[in-house]
Amino acid sequence: MGWFENGWGLSLIVFLPLVGAAVVLAVPRARETAIKAIALGFAAASFVVSVIATVAFDFGSAGYQFGADTSWIPAIDSRFHIGVDGISLPLVVLSTFITLLCVIYSWNHWPEPHNPKAFLVLMLVLATGMAGTFVALDLVLFFIFFELVLLPMYFMIGIWGDRNPMRLPGFKRPVETRLYAAIKFFLFTLFGSAFMLLGFLALYFRSGNGGLPRTFDIEALSARGAEGQLFTGTFAFWVFFALFLGFAVKVPMWPLHTWLPDAHTAAPTVGSVLLAAILLKLGSYGFIRIALPILPEEAKAWAPVIAILAVIAIIYGSLACLAQTDMKRLIAFSSVGHMGFVMLGISTLTEVGINAAIVGMVAHGIITGLLFFLAGSIQHRYHTREMARLGGNQKILPRLGGILGFAAMASLGLPGLAGFWGEFMALLASYNPFAGANLALFRSAMVIGAIGTVLTAGYLLWMLQRVNLGEIPEEWREKSFRDADGYELGAWVPLVLATLAVGVYPAIVFGTTNDSVQRLVARAFGG
Amino acid sequence: MTGMLSFAALSTAEGGHAAAAADPSGFLGLLAQGAWLIPVVPLLAVGLIVLFGKRLPFKGWELAEGALAFVALYSIALLIGNWVEPMAFERHVEIARVGLLPGGGSLVLEWGWVVDGLSIMMYFVVGVVGFFVFTYSKGYMKGDVRFTWFFAAFSIFAGGMLVLVSSPNTIQLIVGWELVGLASYLLIGHWWEDHANNAAATKAFIVNKVADLGLFLGVIIAALAVGSFRFTDLLDAVEAGDSALADVGVWVGLALFIGAMGKSAQWPFHVWLPDAMAGPTPVSSLMHAATMVTAGVYLLGRMFPFYQAEGFGAGLKPLILVIGALTLFLGGLVALVQDDIKKVLAYSTVSQLGYMTAAMGAGAYTAGLFHLFTHAFFKGLLFLAAGSVIHAVHSNNMSDMGGLRRFMPKTFWTFVIGSLALAGIVPLSGFWSKDEILASLYYDSQHGGGGLATFVLVLAVAGAFVTAFYMARAVNLTFFGKYQGAGHPHESPRVMTYPLIGLAALAAVGGLVNIPGAFPAFTDWLAARVHLPGDHHAAALNLGLAAIGTLAALAGIAIGTAIFGRQRATQRERDRFRIPLLYPLLEHKYYMDDLYDYALVRPIRGPLARATNWSNNVILDGVVNACGAAARRLSALVYGGLDQRGIDLGINAAAAAAGEAGGALRRVQTGKVQQYAAALFLGAVLLVVGFLIFG
Repeated sequence: MGWFENGWGLSLIVFLPLVGAAVVLAVPRARETAIKAIALGFAAASFVVSVIATVAFDFGSAGYQFGADTSWIPAIDSRFHIGVDGISLPLVVLSTFITLLCVIYSWNHWPEPHNPKAFLVLMLVLATGMAGTFVALDLVLFFIFFELVLLPMYFMIGIWGDRNPMRLPGFKRPVETRLYAAIKFFLFTLFGSAFMLLGFLALYFRSGNGGLPRTFDIEALSARGAEGQLFTGTFAFWVFFALFLGFAVKVPMWPLHTWLPDAHTAAPTVGSVLLAAILLKLGSYGFIRIALPILPEEAKAWAPVIAILAVIAIIYGSLACLAQTDMKRLIAFSSVGHMGFVMLGISTLTEVGINAAIVGMVAHGIITGLLFFLAGSIQHRYHTREMARLGGNQKILPRLGGILGFAAMASLGLPGLAGFWGEFMALLASYNPFAGANLALFRSAMVIGAIGTVLTAGYLLWMLQRVNLGEIPEEWREKSFRDADGYELGAWVPLVLATLAVGVYPAIVFGTTNDSVQRLVARAFGG
Repeated sequence: MTGMLSFAALSTAEGGHAAAAADPSGFLGLLAQGAWLIPVVPLLAVGLIVLFGKRLPFKGWELAEGALAFVALYSIALLIGNWVEPMAFERHVEIARVGLLPGGGSLVLEWGWVVDGLSIMMYFVVGVVGFFVFTYSKGYMKGDVRFTWFFAAFSIFAGGMLVLVSSPNTIQLIVGWELVGLASYLLIGHWWEDHANNAAATKAFIVNKVADLGLFLGVIIAALAVGSFRFTDLLDAVEAGDSALADVGVWVGLALFIGAMGKSAQWPFHVWLPDAMAGPTPVSSLMHAATMVTAGVYLLGRMFPFYQAEGFGAGLKPLILVIGALTLFLGGLVALVQDDIKKVLAYSTVSQLGYMTAAMGAGAYTAGLFHLFTHAFFKGLLFLAAGSVIHAVHSNNMSDMGGLRRFMPKTFWTFVIGSLALAGIVPLSGFWSKDEILASLYYDSQHGGGGLATFVLVLAVAGAFVTAFYMARAVNLTFFGKYQGAGHPHESPRVMTYPLIGLAALAAVGGLVNIPGAFPAFTDWLAARVHLPGDHHAAALNLGLAAIGTLAALAGIAIGTAIFGRQRATQRERDRFRIPLLYPLLEHKYYMDDLYDYALVRPIRGPLARATNWSNNVILDGVVNACGAAARRLSALVYGGLDQRGIDLGINAAAAAAGEAGGALRRVQTGKVQQYAAALFLGAVLLVVGFLIFG
């Protein structure tokens, strides 16, 4: 398996979906079954290779594995450098896993205006971008994959999204929600990426100071960053700020989150799932992989800011959830709070905190992905997301309702399920943050974050009560509904099992991440 | 009162480890090794019931019942084993290892199980009471819409509690703790067609969740101070006088106690418990007897050496004592004015939990847990008997009952036995445990507890009177006088009366396992653990106190019977008449619910949540939209008629992109590229800026 470990394995994971997209493009639009089968095949192949990579992964080693590092764009010293370590492996597997489930779910769920061919092409391109971001070890490569994600998602929202009209200041006629949401998503992210790119370029040019060759290589930059000679002073401050903007928009951190409720709500079901499960993680992963190790001193200086914004997000997101009437928008806002816990973990700059952040990212991906699937299927059946009109769903659709109950419990961080570890360990980490941190601030953050878990329980139970419980409203009594079908269960049951598995045996994630996180923290912050 | 141990002597001279309790060998060793099955079997049953329950002859009940029978038998075997050879056994299975602690070493997450005196006692209570309640439920829940699901959720309840009490570390404790909370949510809201039940279920979950903040933070702070989640490491650190733990000792103690207050319904967290009556009656029985409310007292028992140690948790003992006393007295008073028979019992539970907590605050480990033990039998019994009555008259209200003694003799007699046991009439079980609490309070008042302990002792005696009074009232209104309800009530089927008889037997004789000076078996069982609790307990019966307690109880029964013995006006009017000043306060439960509702719940759910959402949609989005609008204006101004479409890269382009289904993709490949080109152009501009600044 030498070839597998020399970069080909990872390349397969990343580029198989892209090849799949090309193949799908070649198939006539009318042959839908063939298109779906091809997409499923390539998504499954990418997932299987990522599982093989997990099996072959050396869990005893903290460094990068399966890597390749070949010349790519010599003019700017950019190289095709890829590899996975314990930090990125869970996220790579998560992205191929969720993509596969999305293809399965899509089998018989097509949002208007249908057109599976275009939809699946976009989804496969998206898959390449997501997996690529997690394996890229060169800033230019990272940036390209990071941006590659943008376009397919923009079109998914813009074409297959919510068509209800909305009023927008400055426009005489109502605008379709999907357009507003798509453009907002696009511009927000582009805004962040522009600064991120600036930051990357700044790092590139400064990396050449002191006689060393200029480089975009994340490993090399991290090593130089850890020495603390090159990236210092005002320069480092502004570069960190630029990277912060780029990643914070994606996470999203308060107050840069306002694209999220609109995009998640307007997106088609699969789009929301991918957005919540994977796209948000690109931001938090960027912090862990790029911002922290390359600019450790600045990370320390910015940590209190990140912690404060994270705590605001936790409380703000939960309170906003309590005011929602739209089920999907409620779930969307819940992501703001949950990602707040992830960022709180990162802001502690400790091993426990960063481990917590990664397990939190994985758990949020599984659980919120499941919640968006369920919200989509509910909308598919009732043609509404207004919780005031729903009720008694548990009676109408017992299977779907049962899984919704499970997902809500998982999302509120019930111990024994996946969501608990991320939240709890993040709180634990903020009691003892990095050496030299403002203890009072971080411990206050812990207490306020803990209060957020109560509010989280509040809005999720409230959602369950309004959607699942109570008598069946008049409007639905005479109607006949079909409970979850095989494709839906095929997408959901694996997520339920994954939630249970990570909850009962968290070493599935911690066991993978811990050594690499230790290495990262030891090098950057002297552990 | 001689021969009792004081912790000060223990921690210095004797080192604290119980010499007698150790890892058992031989058959007992095997028994302890296999005890992990105790929490696992009921949880496995949950999965099997959900998957296959409906296809089985008894619709899944047999799986739940079988699992509980297994737990009951296993716990009896362990109980006997612990008697033969005191056990203190624990095993751990690592599930993850995270990070480096400040002092070095990783934080280890583990599952595990403990087999020692304390946990065996809890296994026994959950197994035996649970077995009776599960049997009874087969009759009570017959024909229920969600019969199978009920037993699945019931098994989560029992299984979660067993996860909790079998835990050798605080993490697993939290898991069991929340599983119990989840099960209570599911079971209180079992009849979720009615939103009143859902509100009660949500309330129970949220109130517990608030208190759980204390548990979470306490666990976090303690674990980081000690570097381990294990109870043994934590208590080792206490014994060693670990300064890192001592520094945060008060915070850990306070936080954990707040967690315990939530589950064990201590003032002011008790508000969820009476509402929890919305669930089916067997749920109340299990919740009040064996699972859920005992969790907090259990935690105080598990952490007892910590709360006894000076410099660690000992400073909190007065607080625990006062909270317990408040709870026992104020809870008991509210029980006086309830018409709903289940609510009488619910407030009675609040009150009895106050006794247990007060005992813990007085440093009486055995007394507090002994009352937990006996209370499980008689309160489990009383709820099941009340359920039998409700089953017969189809009402919870005592104003619809009366005279049932003739229709339901078995229910009547078992209810009376339970009531007398609760009132503390010799020689029933409640007498022994309540007496031991009174004796402990007295001891504490003589040994450092001072005036506070004396005051609590007085309250506890008064509470004994109140307890007897409201139970006399309940028995009279329910079983004596003339039948007030509709239809012809009849005795419940055997599947329900047999568990009543079984629990009545335990409620009658359960107290005999701990007779001070004569037969202190229970004391010895509980003492079998790694860290000797070092509590004080009476070496002989304090006849004076026992007489006072009994007199108070007899007076309560006499006066209660005198007032409620004969049917006159309606009972509500009698209450108002008999308790003139207190009545409005009691009827509104001291306005605690209103306080929480108006001061916390409504402001958060209403104005605060709406304001947050408004700030998001109007302020933050307003800024975003204003930027967009400004950009549009600017572009119109600068480029005018030149090429508005190119600059206005947002709206127009996407509107076209999303225009029609068929051509969407084609347009992606042709026209829409201009839009991405614009984006790239922006990127290029920034690139140039970057070169200028940093190049």
